[in-house]
Amino acid sequence: MVDTSLCTACRGCQVACKQWNELPGTKTKQTGTYQNPQDFSAFTWKLVRFAEGKNGNGKPYWYFFSDMCRHCMEPPCADTIQGLVKDGVIRDESTGAVVYTSKTKSIPFEKVRSSCPYDIPRQNLKTKVMAKCTMCIDRIKNDRLPACVTSCPTSAMVFGDRSQILAKAEKRVAELKKNYPKAMALNPDDVRVIFIVTDDPEKYWKHASV
Amino acid sequence: MTNHYNDLQNCDVFLIMGSNAAENHPIAFKWVMKAKERGAKIISVDPRFTRTSARADFYTSLRSGTDIAFIGGMIKYILENEKYFKDYVANYTNASFIVDEKFDFNDGLFSGYDPATRRYDRSSWSLKKDNNGLPERDLTLQHPRCVFQLLKKHYSRYDLEKVSDITGTPVEDLKTVYEMYSSTGVKDKAGTIMYALGQTQHTTGVQNIRTFCIMQLLLGNIGICGGGVNALRGEPNVQGSTDQAILFHIIPGYLSVPQASLKTLDDYLKRITPKSADPRSANWQQNYPKYAVSLLKSWFGENATKENDFSYSWVPKIDDGQDYSVMTTFDVMWDKKIKGLIVIGQNPACSLPNANKIRTAMTNLDWFVHMNIFDNETASFWKGPGMNPKKVKTEVFLLPAAASMEKAGSMTNSGRWVQWKYKAAQPPGDAISVGDIVYRIMSKIQDLYKKEKGTFPDPIVNLKWDYADEKGWFDPMKVAMEMNGRFLEDVTIGGRTYKKGECVPSFGLLQADGKTSSGNWIYCGGFTPDGTNLAMRRKKDDPTGLGLFPQWAWVWPVNRRIIYNRASVDLNGNPYNPKRPLLAWVDGKWVGDVPDGPWPPMADLQNGKYPFIMKPDGVSSLFGPGLVDGPFPEFYEPLEGPLSKNLLSKQLTNPAIKLFSRSCDPVAGCDPRYPFVMTTYTSTEHWCTGGGTRWASWLTEAMPQVYVEMSEELAQMKGIKNGERVKVESTRGSLTCVAMVTTRFRPFKCGDQVIHQVGMTYNYGWLFPKDCGESANLLTPTVGDANSMTPEYKAFMVNVRKV
Repeated sequence: MVDTSLCTACRGCQVACKQWNELPGTKTKQTGTYQNPQDFSAFTWKLVRFAEGKNGNGKPYWYFFSDMCRHCMEPPCADTIQGLVKDGVIRDESTGAVVYTSKTKSIPFEKVRSSCPYDIPRQNLKTKVMAKCTMCIDRIKNDRLPACVTSCPTSAMVFGDRSQILAKAEKRVAELKKNYPKAMALNPDDVRVIFIVTDDPEKYWKHASV
Repeated sequence: MTNHYNDLQNCDVFLIMGSNAAENHPIAFKWVMKAKERGAKIISVDPRFTRTSARADFYTSLRSGTDIAFIGGMIKYILENEKYFKDYVANYTNASFIVDEKFDFNDGLFSGYDPATRRYDRSSWSLKKDNNGLPERDLTLQHPRCVFQLLKKHYSRYDLEKVSDITGTPVEDLKTVYEMYSSTGVKDKAGTIMYALGQTQHTTGVQNIRTFCIMQLLLGNIGICGGGVNALRGEPNVQGSTDQAILFHIIPGYLSVPQASLKTLDDYLKRITPKSADPRSANWQQNYPKYAVSLLKSWFGENATKENDFSYSWVPKIDDGQDYSVMTTFDVMWDKKIKGLIVIGQNPACSLPNANKIRTAMTNLDWFVHMNIFDNETASFWKGPGMNPKKVKTEVFLLPAAASMEKAGSMTNSGRWVQWKYKAAQPPGDAISVGDIVYRIMSKIQDLYKKEKGTFPDPIVNLKWDYADEKGWFDPMKVAMEMNGRFLEDVTIGGRTYKKGECVPSFGLLQADGKTSSGNWIYCGGFTPDGTNLAMRRKKDDPTGLGLFPQWAWVWPVNRRIIYNRASVDLNGNPYNPKRPLLAWVDGKWVGDVPDGPWPPMADLQNGKYPFIMKPDGVSSLFGPGLVDGPFPEFYEPLEGPLSKNLLSKQLTNPAIKLFSRSCDPVAGCDPRYPFVMTTYTSTEHWCTGGGTRWASWLTEAMPQVYVEMSEELAQMKGIKNGERVKVESTRGSLTCVAMVTTRFRPFKCGDQVIHQVGMTYNYGWLFPKDCGESANLLTPTVGDANSMTPEYKAFMVNVRKV
């Protein structure tokens, strides 16, 4: 569960993901936003998106969306990959983690990307292998929490059994609704990474919700 | 911090002002969010809407440098609406004390000002004493010359409209903040101040903090769980380095630095030891001779004897009244009066004001030694922009140092927790710890002086310098024990005999007769007599349930987790807030935190003591005569500001600041060429000048290049689009960077004037990466706070234009 109401956009998760998965820092430029890298890539699987504007009272808002693969209950990308190549994707039974393999290099990337409602998959331009968050399946199988979750100072991200997380999300949304009538969990029935927001999801990121 | 990090979870209302805690203290913010989950309210006051503001319940902005006006208005609100905590104010502050008749305040100036020297004669800023030397008091607080009434009078001028015209904060927002925060002036609510460099880096920096102190004392928020005035220190051990006297005005343990005019130890001890005739005042500073003599014993060991004044004459003295701040040091260097410089783990070529001046001043050095884990703009100043390496005569030595995880030692966090850490990895290549480097240099100097003598060899050859292990490596444990202190002979105190060589388990046992040593009295007690290092403790027991964790590491002083904690109880020793009982007097003893002294509650007229034991009068100071620029904080504009008039007085800027007048230090206040207020800050992703973090590719990827944040309104006026390159210039320097046009900055309406403010980080420099841009300190002015000489990085004037 990613509770955006607790997130301070410290980007510890973004860096922890790179550290654990041994992904390089890429060359970026300042373009007039805190958000950097600008988007996901084969080397960036966790990205804090920044969105700002003005509220009705003229005061600013600044929303943070620590974007990542949702590890869908019925992942459309997995269906697409499986339809194109054998063993291109692994769906771990016990966690539901969706993990791409190197066999994805042989199939058309755009088909996979366009099948994802959250615009997550990316491709290594050199090797053609597709890449995204693995849910830190290697850590989970060794009784460790995902790297991003361990880095979060405010517990905006928590990891656990689905039933408990769903209950937690429901309770949290009910609490938040007292101050934020638009508070909601995003697509909780369809995904395993459940975001909680306090305003219209599109104000955070156009692919925040389906 | 008066309190400590995880105590933030006990707070009810946060005022985060002059701190961007979510970005610059992200882990500390964990406790803020925890309190928020419990229902606490967060107020964020900042010129710019930050990642902290994003998590706040209420945000409002103020123009940089107007904090005293903002909080002065709050003090007026608290007093006039009787929001203050009456018992606390009457009993635990000097509100009831009567002020000397000659004290006066007139149109921005306190009594005693001499414009020629820019200094105050402070003799009239005093509190009246009766014939027995006891403070004259009026506990009804009605006497026209009592502190309470003078305070009320002083801030009566800070009305909402005037404050709004100065700060640019809308009146409605001021009212909301005042109301929300002053709701903590009751027994069972706690309000805390979280501040950092946003308050201190002003020409009124110390007085900014004083306004917080006054406000917190009026609301009874000092000494309680969830309260306090909490400085969030930067570097993880900056509290430790301050405790060990990194600043020029103190020696370890916050003792005053000896001055040249104090020729004998007796002169010095008299100067640092305040007197109180009040039997109810503990006046803890009366013990300073014990700490000073124990310090001399630590420095000079057996060579410090009663006969030679414990070697006091060997201690370097500062010239009376001279400031030795970094700005002055580089000013003197500019004048070619300094030949050599050692810089350890700093990057002054990017971190000090008017960095062009700093870099040029360094070319006047004969030699320069730099210790760091990376090369930086300071170490490589001789090949920086505009430098001709052939013409720079300075010989530069860059000594590779170990990083923090490559060495053992203690780290003291903002909450005064002294935590031991262990070496996790071997430093790479030839790198060794700074402790080793300094230890070797001084050992060599000692050898040379022993061999070749010199003008004044005594302090050097007689220095006790035995901190190496059996293999010759610097031993941090030996230093830590030295700081704690030892019995130098068998000593019997209170029926117990301590053996020669045992560690002194509390500073209460230090002696002024040379029988004990202590390199830093406030750290005394961190070891048990048998030499157990309490900073290594890791027990997670929390018997009070308040997050005090008394057996996790060790906290100075004497493991007291919240200082001035006897102010959390009433005169009978009952906790004001029974829900968070930090301390209680139960069956003749204190239960809870380590109390600020063992004495019974104040209702015991025989033995009770006032709670503020570090103040000579035993109470806290609403009227504080100790600062050079006034006993009450008064608002002045920054040295370089947008307005030609101070709306509160004829005095535009702080009359007691030091002015630097060289042509390399121009100032352009209220100058149409530089119409926009600038403030500088840091980001989450980089640390200070980025001297370490710019080499970390993941961090540089996230924050790659220097940028200037500005409002949409200003951008429109100047024809600047988000992401375009712009030139930012002050009267001292300029740089180009990327424009970040944002809704998070908004123009200020100050009276009938619209004032624009911009801001940038100082995280960058020319060395690496090559395209990251230059330091924001090319722009900043050489001027500091009147008391501390902390530079005014937070408010000055610039122009911004498209390139």
